[in-house]
Amino acid sequence: MRYLPHTGEDIAAMLGAVGLRELDDLFEAVPVDCRFGGALNLPEAMSEWALEGHVGRLAGRMAVSPEYSMFLGAGSYDHCIPTTVSSLLSRSEFVTSYTPYQPEMLQGTLQGIYEYQTLTARLLGMEVATASHYDGATALAEALLMAVRITGRKKAALSRAIHPHYRQVVRTYFAPTGYELLEIPYLETGLTDFDRLEEIRDLAAVAVQSPNFFGCIENVTAAAEVAHSGGALLVSGFTEALAFGLLKSPGSQGADIVAGEGQSLGIPRSFGGPALGMLASRKKHMRSLPGRLVGRTKDRDGRRGFVLTLATREQHIRREKATSNICSNNSLCALAAAMYMASLGGTGIRELAALNHDKAEYLKNALRDAGCPIRFSSPTFNEFVVGFPGGFDARYRRLLDRKIVAGLPLGAHYPELADHGLICVTETCSREEMDRLVREVVS
Amino acid sequence: MSESLGTTGLILNEPLLWERGKKGRSGFSMPAADVPRNPLPAELTGDGPDFPDLSEIEVVRHYTRLSTWNFGVDTGLYPLGSCTMKYNPKINEKLANLRGFTAAHPLLPSVLSQGALQLMFNLERFLAAITALDAVTLQPAAGAQGELTGMLIVHAYHRHRGKQRTKILIPDTAHGTNPASAALCGYAPVPVPSGPDGIIAPETVAGLMDDATAGIMITNPNTLGLFEANIREIARIVHDRGGLVYGDGANMNAVLSIVRPGEIGVDILHLNLHKTFSTPHGGGGPGAGPVAVRKDLARFLPVPRVVERNGAYELREDFPGSVGRVLAFHGHFGVLLRAYAYILSMGPDGLKQASRLAVLNANYIRERLKDVLHPAFDRPCMHECVFSDQNQQQTGITTLEMAKRLMDGGYHPPTIYFPLVVHGAIMIEPTETETKEDLDGFIEAFRSVVREAGDNPGALREAPVRCKVKRLDETAAARNPCLAG
Repeated sequence: MRYLPHTGEDIAAMLGAVGLRELDDLFEAVPVDCRFGGALNLPEAMSEWALEGHVGRLAGRMAVSPEYSMFLGAGSYDHCIPTTVSSLLSRSEFVTSYTPYQPEMLQGTLQGIYEYQTLTARLLGMEVATASHYDGATALAEALLMAVRITGRKKAALSRAIHPHYRQVVRTYFAPTGYELLEIPYLETGLTDFDRLEEIRDLAAVAVQSPNFFGCIENVTAAAEVAHSGGALLVSGFTEALAFGLLKSPGSQGADIVAGEGQSLGIPRSFGGPALGMLASRKKHMRSLPGRLVGRTKDRDGRRGFVLTLATREQHIRREKATSNICSNNSLCALAAAMYMASLGGTGIRELAALNHDKAEYLKNALRDAGCPIRFSSPTFNEFVVGFPGGFDARYRRLLDRKIVAGLPLGAHYPELADHGLICVTETCSREEMDRLVREVVS
Repeated sequence: MSESLGTTGLILNEPLLWERGKKGRSGFSMPAADVPRNPLPAELTGDGPDFPDLSEIEVVRHYTRLSTWNFGVDTGLYPLGSCTMKYNPKINEKLANLRGFTAAHPLLPSVLSQGALQLMFNLERFLAAITALDAVTLQPAAGAQGELTGMLIVHAYHRHRGKQRTKILIPDTAHGTNPASAALCGYAPVPVPSGPDGIIAPETVAGLMDDATAGIMITNPNTLGLFEANIREIARIVHDRGGLVYGDGANMNAVLSIVRPGEIGVDILHLNLHKTFSTPHGGGGPGAGPVAVRKDLARFLPVPRVVERNGAYELREDFPGSVGRVLAFHGHFGVLLRAYAYILSMGPDGLKQASRLAVLNANYIRERLKDVLHPAFDRPCMHECVFSDQNQQQTGITTLEMAKRLMDGGYHPPTIYFPLVVHGAIMIEPTETETKEDLDGFIEAFRSVVREAGDNPGALREAPVRCKVKRLDETAAARNPCLAG
C-alpha cells in the first residue's frame, strides 16, 4: 500500500529495537476478550484508477449546472469562484497543517485568518470576528447561547423568517438546556412582526435574519430598537453573505452579535458542506465569544506576528466552563473566504452584489408579468417567493424533467406557503436561462 | 544542529492585505451585466465593505508567500499527539473536486442526488463495520460536534426512559472537549482519576457510578497512549446502573480491525475523519465527526438520515425520536468523500496494517528516546507515547523550550502540556505514514535538543531562530487583544 512506507526489513529492524518478534505482539496490552478476530466487512482495496472510476461514476449521478439550470439557493448559493481562490487554497502548506498551536511555524495560516477576521468584521460592520465556525446554523446557535451567557436570561426569540434548518439546529442545541425559545411570526409583507415582541421583557436575545429566508430585506434597525428596549441583545443572522456588498451591514444597524453563513464567499456548495460559520460581535462581548480567535503580537525582535489568543475561553483550558465545546473550526473555508473577498475588493463586491440583485429583479418582474404571483411585497436581494399558474409544485416537477430546478418548494417548511417556491438568481444565471424558465412556467 | 533538516532560505516578507492594492484594481472577472440596472431603495443600501482593491497577481503573491511561512504534513514530520497527522492522499483531493460534487446543491430532490446519497450510505456501512455498531450519522461537523451529538443522544435516551440524570463520568486524561460537550447538555462532569498504571480501574468507576449519572465518556486508547484494558468491566458497571458508555474515537487510528468498540461495551462512538481517515486538517478544520450507535439508540440520531430502498436512496426526516438537526445540511460532505476514498484505497487489510504500523512507529520512538526523556509509563504504548519533563527539570529547561528548538531542526513539535496528568507532558504521535528514516531523523533531532539542554541551554531559550518569526509574545497578545486590523 503506497501510503505505508515500511519494508519488511524496516519492520524487522524496528520490532527488534522494541524487543518484539511480530507486529501483533504490539497489542499485548489489549486483553484477548477485547480483540477482534475477524476481517472487517469492507470492499477490497482499490487502485487509484479503479477508485477514480468508481467515484467518478457517483459524481456523474448528480444534477449540476450547466446541464441543469439552477434557481435554487435557500442557504447554499451558486457563485463564480475565481480560479485563483481554488488554486491558492490547494497549496498543501495550508491544506495539510494543523491548528496553529505552535505559531512560529504557522504564520501563513495565522496571518490569513487574522485577515479573514478583519475583512469579516468590515463586511458585517462589527468590531471583532472569530476564526470561523462550522456553518451558519451552528454559528447562530452559538450566538444565542452567547447572549444567554451575557445577559443571564434564559429565553430567546427567533423570527419565523429565519432559515428553517437554522431554527431546527438552534432547537437541537437548546433542547437539553431548559432555555426557552419563542418564534416571532412574519407579516404579509414577508418581514418579521417585531411589534409582537413589545410585551416580552425577559429575553436574552432577539434573532432575525436579513435578507431573510424569503429573500426579504428586514428592518434590522427596528429589530435592534425593539430588542434593546427590552434589555435583549439583537442577534442578526444571514445565509447570503454577498448581500452586504450592497445592503447596510447588520453592525451599522445596531446588531450586537452577527452570525451567518459565508459559503457564498468562494466556497463550493459541495452538497452542503463544508461551509463557513461567520460570527462577529461588539468588542465589549469579545471575551464571551465561542471558538478560536487570532490576535496580533510581536516576536522577540519586535516584528509583527500572529497567535491564537484569549484561549482561556476555550475547552482545552477551561474544560466544562468554556464558552463552547468547539475545537476544530472551518479554518480552510475561512481562508477561502478571505481570498475571495481580497479578489473582489471593495469595488468588486459592490458591483457583484448589485448584479445579483438586478438579475433577480429581472426574473421576478418577468415572472410577475407572466402571471406568477410574487408572494411578498418587500424588497428582496437575490431570492424571492413565487407561485406558478396552475400550482407551483406540479410545475416544479414538470420543469425537473426539462432539467430546470425552479427553486425550493416551501410547503414542507411553511404550510401556509404550500404551492409556493423560493427562487434564487445569482450572477451565474444568464438572461437566456431566465427567459427560458419564464417560457416553461407559462407554457 | 548544524547538520539538521531545518535550515534557512530566502523567506519573503508580505504585508497585510489592506497594506497592499489601490482603489480601482480588481482580481475578479466580473460576469457581463445582461439585464437592466434596478437599484434598491437608497434607505436599504450601505456603502459596502471597506475592502482593499487588489489585482490578481497581488492576491496570488500574497497567499503564495503566506503559504511558505506554514508547515504541513507535506512539508515534514508532524508528530502532534492526539491529532493523527498522517499523510493526506492527493487522489482524495482530486475526487473531492469533481464538479458533480462541488456544484451539488444540498436541497436537490433525492432523485437528482443519487451519487452523493449512495456515497453517504456506503460510508455509513463502512463505519458501522469498523466500529461494530449498527447505525451511523455523518452529520456532525467535527469531533467536538460528534461528542455533542453523542451527549444529546444520551440525554434523549434518559428522557425517553422517564428519568433524566445530572452527571457524567469523565477520566482525568480526557480531551477538554469531553467535559465541554457534556456541559452543553447540562451534565456535570465527574472526574475519574486514572490509576498508577495510567488506566481506569473498574473499582474507581464502581465507586462513582450511581443512578444520577448518565454514563461515562471514555477515550480508548486513552490520551496517555494506553489501552483501557478494563473497558468491558467498566462498561458492565455503567450499564448495570442504567448508564451509557460513550466512546471518544479520537484515537481509533491505533486499533482499526484490532478492536471494534461495539464489541467491548461501547454504545455510542464518534470518529474523527480528519484523524484516522486521512482527511486534511486545513490549519484547524474542516473536520468531520460521524457518530455510530447501537441499534436501540438509532431512533435518536440526527435527521435527515439516508435511507435505501431497492437501490434508490433518499433523505428522510420522519424519525420522531431524533435529537434533531445539528448542522444546516447533511454534514461536511467534502470531508466525508475524502474519507470514503481513503477507506476504499486501503481496504480491510490496509486499515489493519495502518494501525499496526502506527503503533510500531510510536513504540520505536518511545524506545529510542526513553534514555533521554522520562516515559510517563514504563510499558509499551499504542499509537502515541508520552514523556514527562522529569529528566530536564534540573537543567531548568522546559518542555516548551525543547518544542521550540525542535522547529529549528525542521520538525513540527509534539503536543505539549497535555494530558494534564503528566508534568510537562510531551506527547508524540508519529502515525504510520512516516518512514523509518524520517523517524530516525526526528529521534536524532530530539536527542540533540536534549543534549543542548545540558551544554547550550541558551540555544533552547532563544529558539526558534529558523522560522519566519522568533518566539512570539502570547501573553501580550492576550493582555491587549488586537483581533482585527
